[in-house]
Amino acid sequence: MGLDVRYRLRVNPIACTGHGLCAELLPEIIELDPWGYPILSSSAVPAAVMEHAKRAVDTCPTLALLMEEVRG
Amino acid sequence: MTSIALSAYRAPELRLPRLLAGVSYYHPAGLAEHERLYGPLPLPVVSPDQGRTWQQRPERLIDMVERSGLTGRGGAGFPTGRKMRSVATGPGRAIVVANGAEGEPASCKDRLLLTRVLHLVLDGITLAAYAVGADEAHLVVHGQEADLMACLEDAIADRETLGVDPVPIQVTGIPARYVSSEASSVIQYLSGGPGKPTFSPPRPHERGLKGRPTLVNNVETLAHLALIARYGDGWFRGIGPPSAPGSALVTVGGAVARPGVYEIEMGIPIGQVVTLAGGPSERPQALLIGGYFGAWLPARLAWPVPMTHAGLRAVGGSMGAGIVIVLPATSCPLSETARVISYLAEETAAQCGPCMFGLPALADAVIELAYQGGWGRAIEAIATLVPLIEKRGACRHPDGATQLVCSALTAFAAHARRHDRQGPCYGVGRAPLLPIPSDEDREWDWT
Amino acid sequence: MSLSLSGPALWYATRATGLVTLLLLTASVLLGILTTGRFASGNWPRFLTVGLHRNLSLLVVVFVTLHVGTTVIDRFVSIPLVSAFIPFTSSYKPFWLSLGAVALDLLIALVATSLIRIRLGLRAWRWVHWAAYACWPVALAHGLGMGTDRNSIWVFGLTLACAAVVAGAATWRFVTAARAGAR
Repeated sequence: MGLDVRYRLRVNPIACTGHGLCAELLPEIIELDPWGYPILSSSAVPAAVMEHAKRAVDTCPTLALLMEEVRG
Repeated sequence: MTSIALSAYRAPELRLPRLLAGVSYYHPAGLAEHERLYGPLPLPVVSPDQGRTWQQRPERLIDMVERSGLTGRGGAGFPTGRKMRSVATGPGRAIVVANGAEGEPASCKDRLLLTRVLHLVLDGITLAAYAVGADEAHLVVHGQEADLMACLEDAIADRETLGVDPVPIQVTGIPARYVSSEASSVIQYLSGGPGKPTFSPPRPHERGLKGRPTLVNNVETLAHLALIARYGDGWFRGIGPPSAPGSALVTVGGAVARPGVYEIEMGIPIGQVVTLAGGPSERPQALLIGGYFGAWLPARLAWPVPMTHAGLRAVGGSMGAGIVIVLPATSCPLSETARVISYLAEETAAQCGPCMFGLPALADAVIELAYQGGWGRAIEAIATLVPLIEKRGACRHPDGATQLVCSALTAFAAHARRHDRQGPCYGVGRAPLLPIPSDEDREWDWT
Repeated sequence: MSLSLSGPALWYATRATGLVTLLLLTASVLLGILTTGRFASGNWPRFLTVGLHRNLSLLVVVFVTLHVGTTVIDRFVSIPLVSAFIPFTSSYKPFWLSLGAVALDLLIALVATSLIRIRLGLRAWRWVHWAAYACWPVALAHGLGMGTDRNSIWVFGLTLACAAVVAGAATWRFVTAARAGAR
C-alpha cells in the first residue's frame, strides 16, 4: 500500500470545533478523542484513500482539516 | 559616518557582571548615567540632511550576532543571529517586537531589566531594528503595570529629545494571561485581535505583524545585543562554554537563603547557581528548572548539571527562561505540581479542544493523586491522558503542561506510587512554595 | 394540454417548479441548521447531513432555473429575464416578483461562495452564508404573494408546513446553543 508523498494532512486545532465528520469519512487515519476532537494516526495519506481524504477536507464545516503540499 | 566599533569609553571586563553592571537598588539608570557606564549607542550617526544613512551595512551587525552565538533568553534558546537573518531577508519591511511581558509567575529577570537597566533594552531594540531594516518597533509589557509603562515611556521620550532612536519605540500593554506573552499571541494582540496564540505556519519571522517579517525577542536577548554591538562578539564569547557562550539572568527561588535574580556565566553547574543565591535554606529535595513549562529534577541529579539548554535536555530537563526553584525535603512535589497544573488549566486560551478539555482533566487527576491518594489508578489515568493532550494544540501550552507533569512522575516515581497506593504524604500540608498569581492579579479579559 | 407557449402548461410548470423549489430549499435550510446543531444519531452520521444539504442545495439551483425558465418563456404574462435577478423591473406583480429576484440573488451568492469555500476562507464564506436566513423567508413570501395557488388548501398547507419545520428547527438550534453557552 503506497503513501502519497506529495501531500500531508494536518488539523488546525484552533479552527477545529469537534464536529467529527472527518472521522466518519476517513476512519482509516482519523479517530476521535474522548472530547470529540480528531487524532491523526499519520499525516501521510495512503494513496488508496486519497479521494476519501479530499472529501473529508471538503466536508469539514470549519475548514479545519488541511491538505498541504509537502515542501522539499 | 562612524561604523560600528568597539567602545572607547572603557576597556570592557570579560567577567561578570555584564547586564547587571549598572544596577542600582535605588533608581533606574537615566540616559546619561547609562552612557557613562556602557558607552554611547554604537549606531552610525544620523544627520537629518544625510538622510537614512543608518540603513547601510546592517548585515555586519547580524554577522557579529551570529558569531557571538547569542541564543534567545525567552525560553526557547533559538540562535538569535539566525532569527535576525531570516527576518532581514524576509519579504517586506521588518518589524521588531521586544517581549518584556514576563508571563512566568516565578520569573523576575525581565522585570529587573525593565526597571533598572531599561536603556540597555531600548538600545537593543534600536540596534535590532537597524540590523533587520525595520521601520517599526514595539515593546510589550503586561497592561496592568501602569507604573512600568509610564517609566518606559518617559525613558523613550528622553531618548527622543536627543534623537537617539531612529525608529520610534511604541510601548503596548498586553493582557496578563499566561499564553498572552507567547510570540504569536503578542502579534495577534498588536494587530488588534485578542491576546491568544494563532495557528502557524506562517511563523512570525516569515509573516508576522501586518504580514511582514517580525523579529520577536525577549528583552534580555536585546540587552545582550546592546552589549555585543558595543564590545564585540569575541568579548561576549569570553565567558561560557563555546556551545553556549555569554552570560544569562536566572531567577532563583524557593527554599534558598537569598532568592532573586542573578547574572551567571552560562554552563556553570546548577549547584553553583543555587550557591550564588545563598545556598538552600533547608535540605533540598528537588529543583524545578525552566519555570512552569520546565521540568522537575531530583536535587542530587541536578546539582552537577551545566546550566545550558543542551545540558539540561540531556538529563530530561529544560532550561526555559532560566528559572530555578528549590523544593525542600519537607514539601510534597506532587501537591506543588497539582497547584501549578490547575493554574495552567485555567490559563488555556480555550481555542483548541484537547488543551481546553484535556488540561482540566489532567489537573483533576494530579489533584486526586496529590491530595486524595489515587486508589491505585491515578498514575494510570495521567499516563492515559498525556498522549491525548501533548502536541495537539496550536501553541506550546499543552506541551509545557504535560512536560511538567511527566517530569514530576519521572523524578518522583516512588513518591508518586506511594501517594497512589497509600494516600497523601505529610508534605501536602506544608505552605505552598511555587508562586501562583492571585485572582486580582490576573487579567480576565483577552482584549 | 398542449405545450404551446401561451397555454396553461407552462403556467402549471412554473407553479410546480416553484413549489418544489420551496420544498427543497426548506429541506436544505433544515439540514443546514442540523449541521450547526451537530445533529447525529446511531443511524444518521453527520456527513450525511452535510452531504444532503449540499446536494439538495444544488437541486434547488436546478429547479429554480426551471422555474425562472418556464416563467420567462411563457407568453401569457410577459416577464423579462432581467426581472428574475433585478427587483422592480417587471410590470406583473412587481413587489412579489421582486422578492423572488432577491431570493434568487441571495441563492446565487450562497451557492457560489460555497463552491469556492476553501479558496475563499472560512470567515468570508460564513459571513455570506448567514444570508440563508434571509433567502428562505423571502422565497416563502414570494410564493405566497405570487398567489395563483393561494386559495388551494394543500399548497397553502404545504407552505405552512415548510414554515413550521424551519421555525421548529431554528428554535431547537437556539435552545441547544443557549444551553451549551450556559454550561
